[in-house]
Amino acid sequence: MSDLSIRALSKAFGGVRAVNEVSFEVKRGEFLAMIGPNGAGKSTCFNMINGQLAPDSGSIWFEQKNLTGLAPREIWRLGVGRTFQVASTFGSMTVGENVQMALLSHANEIYRYWRPAAAMHRERALALLDQVGMREAADRPSRELAYGDVKRVELAIALANDPRLLLMDEPTAGMAPRERNDLIALVKRLVVEQGISVLFTEHSMDVVFAFADRIIVLARGRLIADGNAAEIRDHPQVREVYFGTGKTFARAAGAAS
Amino acid sequence: MTLSAFLFQALNGLSAASGLFFIAVGLSLIFGVTRIVNIAHGSLYMLGTYIAYSFATKIGGAIGFWGGIVATAILVGVFGALIEIVLLRRIYRSPELFQLLATFALVLVINDATLWIWGSEDLLGPRAPGLRDAVEVLDRRLPTYDLFLIVIGPAVLLVLHLGLARTRFGRLVRAATQDREMVGALGVNQAMLFTAVFALGSALAGLGGALQVAREPANLATDLVAIGDAFVVVVVGGMGSITGAYLAAVIIAEVKAICIAVGVVDFGYFTVNFSKLTLVAEFLVMAVVLIARPYGLLGRAQGQVRSIAEPEDPIRPATPALKMLAAVAFALLLGLPLLAQSSPYMLILGIDVLIAVLFATSLHFIMGPGGMHSFGHAAYFGLGAYGAALLVKWLAAPMGLALAAAPLVALAGALLFGWFAVRLSGVYLAMLTLAFAQIVWAAVFQWEYLTGGSNGVVGVWPTAPFDTRVSYYLLTLTLAAIGVLMLRRFLFAPFGYAMRAGRDSALRAEAIGIDVKRVHWLGFAIAGGVCGVAGGLFAFAKGSISPETIGVGRSIDGLVMVLLGGIQTLTGPIVGASVFATLQDTVMRQTEYWRALLGGIILLLVLAFPGGIVGALEKFFSRWKTAS
Repeated sequence: MSDLSIRALSKAFGGVRAVNEVSFEVKRGEFLAMIGPNGAGKSTCFNMINGQLAPDSGSIWFEQKNLTGLAPREIWRLGVGRTFQVASTFGSMTVGENVQMALLSHANEIYRYWRPAAAMHRERALALLDQVGMREAADRPSRELAYGDVKRVELAIALANDPRLLLMDEPTAGMAPRERNDLIALVKRLVVEQGISVLFTEHSMDVVFAFADRIIVLARGRLIADGNAAEIRDHPQVREVYFGTGKTFARAAGAAS
Repeated sequence: MTLSAFLFQALNGLSAASGLFFIAVGLSLIFGVTRIVNIAHGSLYMLGTYIAYSFATKIGGAIGFWGGIVATAILVGVFGALIEIVLLRRIYRSPELFQLLATFALVLVINDATLWIWGSEDLLGPRAPGLRDAVEVLDRRLPTYDLFLIVIGPAVLLVLHLGLARTRFGRLVRAATQDREMVGALGVNQAMLFTAVFALGSALAGLGGALQVAREPANLATDLVAIGDAFVVVVVGGMGSITGAYLAAVIIAEVKAICIAVGVVDFGYFTVNFSKLTLVAEFLVMAVVLIARPYGLLGRAQGQVRSIAEPEDPIRPATPALKMLAAVAFALLLGLPLLAQSSPYMLILGIDVLIAVLFATSLHFIMGPGGMHSFGHAAYFGLGAYGAALLVKWLAAPMGLALAAAPLVALAGALLFGWFAVRLSGVYLAMLTLAFAQIVWAAVFQWEYLTGGSNGVVGVWPTAPFDTRVSYYLLTLTLAAIGVLMLRRFLFAPFGYAMRAGRDSALRAEAIGIDVKRVHWLGFAIAGGVCGVAGGLFAFAKGSISPETIGVGRSIDGLVMVLLGGIQTLTGPIVGASVFATLQDTVMRQTEYWRALLGGIILLLVLAFPGGIVGALEKFFSRWKTAS
């Protein structure tokens, strides 16, 4: 059965059809990568799924519930976690408090006025930080962290509501190659352990081909390919959008010879 | 009322619109390019009237009048350029709040300088040479000078529009309004551009002020009235839009004119005197526009201007040392009545300081952790004070009931206004809160029957057992301590964390299920309620309450208190309010030029100690610790 189902999703900005009739599914426990060149519509697609943008048409279903038109916080409450392309945390809080914040919200305890928050859900927050290897940093101000560590903390926050689906928009953007592999390997291990489905976008092909169960390719707002790593690698249309057809240079090459 | 009377008022409205346009257009232009909301703009306008008066009376004749108006515009423009070079250049990269405060300090300094040069009397200039007559319009006499004003407004609009559309300078201004960093990256000398725009905007304000010299006397209160009007016009029209400024000026002036034309209307059971609603009307227009179009009629969403304020440290529960300090301070305050036996004034000062502490702490609650820079916190102080005083006056309520009602009235007001305010952010939130505070002020001022108008409500004295100074002081101390500790407790609870989460990153907070608007709305309401207690205590402490004690000045005092203590610390507002209230009751009472003194303090604060007293102390101690 499928966890997330995208049906004929479309969004236009002025005359540009950023996302054009895109449909795909994410199966339970699947690690699905969405790739495509710059301007393919990946981020637009993502922002519609996580509720930041309203689609012009089409619908988004998660576990038989229609997410279309819901606010980000409502989608989160249904069990969808997310990380951001440009990672950010609550700068005036410690690393531990950042995770506690998400746990408090998950427990519907935001509107409590008396009990000190610092002691609430502390153990669970530390356990989550432990999973991403950041337990040692729990009491440091989160704004002091290196970027790679912020990404890890973000992951811990995203896991706080026991999500069944995780949306990750370029989870490794701005990281060094070693860090990238470590982070994605960590994500993969966690989701396999906990049976979470993941939809992520990614620019690093190494990461995508090494870890993704399945890959979908967007180009100019349309879905052009869907398959496993080998299929995508040999897909003529995918090769065309990434490497071009060579026609641009054909004449120049002919003239030179 | 006849149709012709109605049309005549509409014509009057057009001449008033020109006046509003002149006040607002420079402000809008300056904001568009420099992103600074220049509160001192009204002061430049006021200076214009005074300088033109001097030209017209000292030189006299047509040259003194008309030549004086042109000379005034140039002089004020040069003065504006000086302000930009000496002061504003230092604070372009400061947080918005500091820029607003710095220009407010200028308001205070310029006001006292004007008092020193021209004296406190109103000065009425001569009638305009060549335009002294009136013409028959719609069977009524319309002064030719008003006709001239009706024409000159659109004329200047046209000149500005062409200048912006056709000249190189105009292109640069438009480009900078859209993206000033890009303009800088393209090699344009930003410093020159900013100075030139500031000079132009100031000259327009000076011109507007000078043109009023034949209609209204030069008056020291003009600066705040003018800036209030200018804010409304600019926000309604859209920050940075010149055509929007004229459009908004016409709408507001016409709404006011129509209010006057409609006059008293009998609705059967009750009568409404619309001509008394003019003050409320313009702020109502603004509130409606901001709610429907948050960036004004012709405005566009502004790109976020990066502020480089130092990020805040995580909050920590009080250390044993701080708890000890607080206990000692509380014990000393409890013992104050003993000390005060020799100087009874000590208790009055003590009550003033405690009320200020409660006021500032409640403001800090939304300003610091909530990130909502309210420029109208006086509204909730006023609602609390008037709520209590009116209960005593009309229902002869006992003091306990009246004091209990104060926070409820303020809470209700804050719930209503806050619902709108949290939908905006930054400068727009500041302006909207200011507008709401002006609505409260104007309602109190103009609803004479209920509130006693400018005389206020008198005879609000505490009843036994709080009718002695000592017992009332102890009551104030108790309530202030409860209020401060309660707000502190809220900040350490999940709610306070959620409020900070929404401030740090609204996007991320929403992504973990926090309804940021709702959390901030409730925070706003809580702060309003606590502020209402301060207002209620104030009314009973003074025995009276009047509109002037709940005006814009009190809102600004609150901001200064919070910043003086340090906005990024939890103890800051307490220290800041104590120091400020003490200064106000002692030093500032001694001098006629207290405004300039206060302005100087603010400028020092903004330029030298942006972290406030507590921030500076913390820095000092942490350096001392690492050094040892």
